[in-house]
Order: sequence, then structure tokens, then C-alpha cells
Amino acid sequence: MTDISQNGSTPRKHGETLLKLTARTKRRNAAERRFQAYGIGAIAIGLLMLVILVFNIVGNGMGAFTQTFVTLDVTLDAKKLDKKGNRDLDDIKKVSTFGYAPLIQKAFEAKVGALGLDSGLKAKDMAGLLSKGAPAQLRDYVLAHPETIGETVTFRFLANSRVDGYMKGRVTRDSIENDKNITAAQLDFTDQLVQAGVIEKTFNPAFIFGSDASDQRPEAAGIGVSMVGSLFMMFVVLALALPIGVAASIYLEEFAPKTWWTDVIEVNISNLAAVPSIVFGILGLAVFINYMHLPMSAPLVGGLVLTLMTLPTIIISTRAALKAVPPSIRDAALGVGASKMQSVFHHVLPLAAPGILTGTIIGLAQALGETAPLLLIGMVGFIASNAPDSVASGLLAPNSAMPAQIYEWAKRADPAFYERAWGGIIILLVFLVTMNTLAVILRRRFERRW
Amino acid sequence: MYDLAKTESAVEQKDTKISARNVQVYYGDSHAIKDVDVDIEDKTVTAFIGPSGCGKSTFLRCLNRMNDTIDICRVKGDILLDGEDIYDPKVDPVQLRAKVGMVFQKPNPFPKSIYDNIAYGPRIHGLAKNKADLDEIVEKSLRRGAIWEEVKDRLDAPGTGLSGGQQQRLCIARAVATEPEVLLMDEPCSALDPIATAQVEELIDELRQNYSVVIVTHSMQQAARVSQKTAFFHLGNLVEYGETGQIFTNPVDPRTESYITGRIG
Repeated sequence: MTDISQNGSTPRKHGETLLKLTARTKRRNAAERRFQAYGIGAIAIGLLMLVILVFNIVGNGMGAFTQTFVTLDVTLDAKKLDKKGNRDLDDIKKVSTFGYAPLIQKAFEAKVGALGLDSGLKAKDMAGLLSKGAPAQLRDYVLAHPETIGETVTFRFLANSRVDGYMKGRVTRDSIENDKNITAAQLDFTDQLVQAGVIEKTFNPAFIFGSDASDQRPEAAGIGVSMVGSLFMMFVVLALALPIGVAASIYLEEFAPKTWWTDVIEVNISNLAAVPSIVFGILGLAVFINYMHLPMSAPLVGGLVLTLMTLPTIIISTRAALKAVPPSIRDAALGVGASKMQSVFHHVLPLAAPGILTGTIIGLAQALGETAPLLLIGMVGFIASNAPDSVASGLLAPNSAMPAQIYEWAKRADPAFYERAWGGIIILLVFLVTMNTLAVILRRRFERRW
Repeated sequence: MYDLAKTESAVEQKDTKISARNVQVYYGDSHAIKDVDVDIEDKTVTAFIGPSGCGKSTFLRCLNRMNDTIDICRVKGDILLDGEDIYDPKVDPVQLRAKVGMVFQKPNPFPKSIYDNIAYGPRIHGLAKNKADLDEIVEKSLRRGAIWEEVKDRLDAPGTGLSGGQQQRLCIARAVATEPEVLLMDEPCSALDPIATAQVEELIDELRQNYSVVIVTHSMQQAARVSQKTAFFHLGNLVEYGETGQIFTNPVDPRTESYITGRIG
């Protein structure tokens, strides 16, 4: 009668063979295999998303690292640039950028003549292939080298973003039908010049090291100055968050009595780590700018806000690192008559250092990629200035930060800026991956086993 | 076996090093040590025995105020070292611990070189005027720890790289490097194999010539082998304290007898 109560599964009986699986074992094994399959599936989906992300970013962003240049021989006509002929810099300065535009047009005409091309374009339209900043580039050169007036100098001008887009496949003859900035004839002319070797696409260091440019000249925009802004912010964060965070953790972990008061502080620190970053932004706006009257858009303020944001991360990881140091080490130090502080600084802290460093680097990487608080303190402006030339101006002069600059580009209408936003993301990711790798290496390298 | 008559006559001449009177220890609400009175003699090995949780380690840690590091632990009563109350507010535990060294249950060398392990105590107490002085202290301490011959060629090697028994002798050498007067040992052999245990026990016997040694042990055989005086703790009370030979052969209290014959604990 006992067999009836068993629904399908037979328990192992005495004397039964081990070589045949019972139904129950089969079911259990199947469940285990299913679970493993779910896990592998989850990991595969994650990896697939990562691959798609990387391909997308690289595919969209690599274009920003190359740029189309036009090489022209410009005759720096003395009659136009220095009418009095005395090479007086003040007189030369009176010629505005408009005065330089005809020189470029002449250079184009000369080039076309020399190559024997016939584009049917007016000189002005030919010059339209160049960036709107070309005459300014020419003027800057002449003001820096007034002695070259009257000579013929070879220049590499940035091509207009439409021409650049045409070279990169972003702009086509179909897409420009309603575009006032460029005509099909100009694109034909571009093809001719490419064949003649006048137009070429090369690596563009100005994207990595240069400053942002106006809406009209996406081809000239670079991320360099905002990178310097990020760098100064990181200095502020490191200089403030590391000592404050480590000191706070040591006190809480090693010295503070365990009362409800320290429990409250502990819970609050953990909660702070989860506070949305924009909250820190508005706090920074209220305290640092409105109350303390620190300058707007300054990396110093950005750094202070990011310090507030990074502190909980550093404190939590530092406390975890301190906790991981075995108590026997503290006993050993106290046992030979070290004071509490000596035992912490001579023995506990060195052992916790790799963990603290890792936490700090992860916190910095987090701060480096943070955008929201920077929006609120105004570190997301159009900063087309040169890189700051001193520590003081680096900290106090208005600047942007890498993620804010990327956000700014992504907002602009011209698709050429879109490409630059992706390019900026590549640079930002390179920084983040480098920092995280450094954290892993440090942990591996200095981790002690005892 | 010890020659009881000889041991007794040797003990009688010795001075009291630590004298505890009416000591109470509380962990929060629980009363861990109750009314302990004990006189620990100089140049003697005193063993504390008793079942787990009886308070012997707790009492040992009172003797160099290691219990201060536990927030909820309170100590009442008097513990006098050479007639001075070690719980007097004027006493800094740091100075006390230089006088009353401690060796722990698990060997806990610092993750530094063997040399630095020994030199750390003398350095922070300013016992060495120069490098030569320090070298001398390190050598002397390692010799006293009976480990000099094994490590003299690799003083720069990490202390954590030694074997368990060597590590424990290194810790003993580290404890004696600060020239303590009393050496407390909290189950120093519980993590060691029988050979290393024998080496450490031999060392304890040698240390007796210079120090007052107090050892907590779970092994009654060990207590019988190394100590001259034995204190039996049970449930926070000091049940019996006397000559080791007498405790093990002719205990007064029935609880002591039950414990040493294996019926409790």
C-alpha cells in the first residue's frame, strides 16, 4: 500500500543499483542545470550590452579624433595688412579678421589656378569650405609673426564642419538639400581638392587639448580646457576628502565610544552615500555661492561640492578597510605598550592603506563622472578661453568639467557636436577605466595576507 | 614530577609582585569576575586554570588593563603592582603595559620584519639611544625568546613568514624586549603543535628566572609542568589557589577535584 502514496518518485530501496539515477535525483540535477543556465544567460546579456555600448561609443565617437584640414599657401599681402609699411604692431592690429578673408580667397584662386581645376565657384564660395575661424587663425599668426608679412606661408586650415562631415560620411548630397551652409557644387569642389591632396583628414590633437568653440564652429571645439577644470576639481576633492574622510573613519572606528549617538552618525553617513548628487549641487549653490560668495562656475566650488559627495564613499570604504585589520594586531601593539594612536598609525593604518586607496580612487572616479551638481553651480557654461595659466586661476576662473562639457555638446543642434559628445565620452571613459585599473593594481600589489 | 619540598622552599622566599583584592569585573550587566583575591609572586610561574568562560582570561587581562579597550567592561577592587594601584587615575595604561608584557593566544607578529617586530617596543619607549643599542636589545630579546639561532640570518624577513611555534616565540621575545617585570600569557600554546608547545614551555621555565610569569592554560598537564603556583577559576570565582603540586595532588575544594579529574569543565 505504501507505493500508492508516492506520486511518481520512488525512494531508493536497499540493494538498488547506484548506476541508475532515480527520478528525484534527475529532477534535482535538472533544477541545478536550469539555475546555472539562468546565471550564464544573465551574464551573457550583461556582456552583450557592454559590447554594444563599447561598439556604439567607439563607432560614434572615434570621428571626433580626426578632423579635415585644408592646406593653402597664403600670401600675406603687405598692402592689405600693413598699409603704412612700418611694421608697427598697433597698426597691424587695426586690420580686423574681415580684412584677412580676401587673402584666403586669393589663396584659393591661386591654388585652383595652379592645379588647373575649374569648379565654377566664386572665390567666396570656395573659401566657404573653411571653418569660420580661418581668418582669425591667419590674423593670430600674423600678429605673432609680423616679420612674415609680404611672404607666402603654408597654412593648414580647419575645414567647415559640413565638409568634415562629408569626409566622415555624416553629410551627404541628400542631407544638404535644405542646408544653407553648403551646396552640392561645394561638395564637388571638395572631391576635386581631396584628389589633389589639398584636403585631407588627419588626427586632431586640438580635440583633446583645445577649448570649446561657438555653435558656429563645431570643427574647432575641444575638450582640453574642461579636462583641466576636471583635473583641478579632482585636486580639491583629493586634498579635502582623503584627509577628512580618513580622519573621520579612524575616529569613528577606533576611538569613538559605541553609543546611540555614534550609531546615528554611522547611519547618516551610510544614507549620505545614497543621496542624489543633485541634492549636493543645490547645497553647494546655497552654501558656497549664495552664502560664502565663492565665484560661480569655479572648479574650487565644484571640487567642494564633489568633496561632500565623495566623503561618504571614502568613509565607508576606509571603515571597511580598518575593520578588516585583525584585532590581534591592535592587541599586539597595545600589549607592548603602544598608545591607542600609535597602534592605529603604526600598525592598523598601514595595513588598511590599500583598501583606503582603492576606496579613494573609486570615489574620485565617481566624482569625475558626476554632472548633476555641476549644473547647479554653473560649471556648465560656454568656456572658449585658453587653459588656465596658474593654480589660482585654475581654481577660481570659470571653467567647465568633462561630463558637463559632454552634456553641453549633446544639447547643441549641430550633429557635428553630437559626434564630439561621443568623442568626449571616450576620453572620460579612458580616465575612468585607468583610475579603476589603478585601484585594482594597488589592491593586488599592496594587499597583505596574515 | 616536581620535587615538592624543593619547590615550596624556593617559593617561600619570594616577594609578592601583584596583589589583587576584592576584584570584580562586569561586562555590561553580567558579573564576570567575583571577589577575586590573589597574590602573584615574583620569579614564579603562576598558572590560571579552569573551564571555558570561567573568567581566567578576563582576570589576566585586568592585570595589564587590556580590558580598558572593551567599552562595556568595568573593573572594581584593587590590583597592586609592587604596592601601586594600577587602576589609579594617575596611572597611564601605556606605562603599565611596558612593565607588564603580554603574549596572546594566537601568535600575532606584526606584518613587518623580524627585527622590526622586536625593535618596535624599545623604539616607542625610547629604550635604545642608537642603532647599536637597538641591535643589542633585539639580539638579547631574541636569545631570551630562544629563537635567535633560528632567525639570526634573516632578521629582515617578515615575522609572519615563520612557523606557528617560531611566531609565538617571536611574540614572547617581543614582549620581553621592553624589559617588563611581569609577563602575562593567554593560552600561549593553544595554537601550537606538541613540539612547538614543548619549546615554549621550556622557554617559560627559563623566563621564570627574570620575570613573574602568569599563564592561562586549558591544559592541566601544562599547568602541572610549567607552574609553581596554580589558581583554579570556576564561574567567575577563584575557587582555589596554592602550590601547583598541592592543587593537583591534594585539592581542598571538591570543585577543584572534580575539574582536575575531568568530571566538570
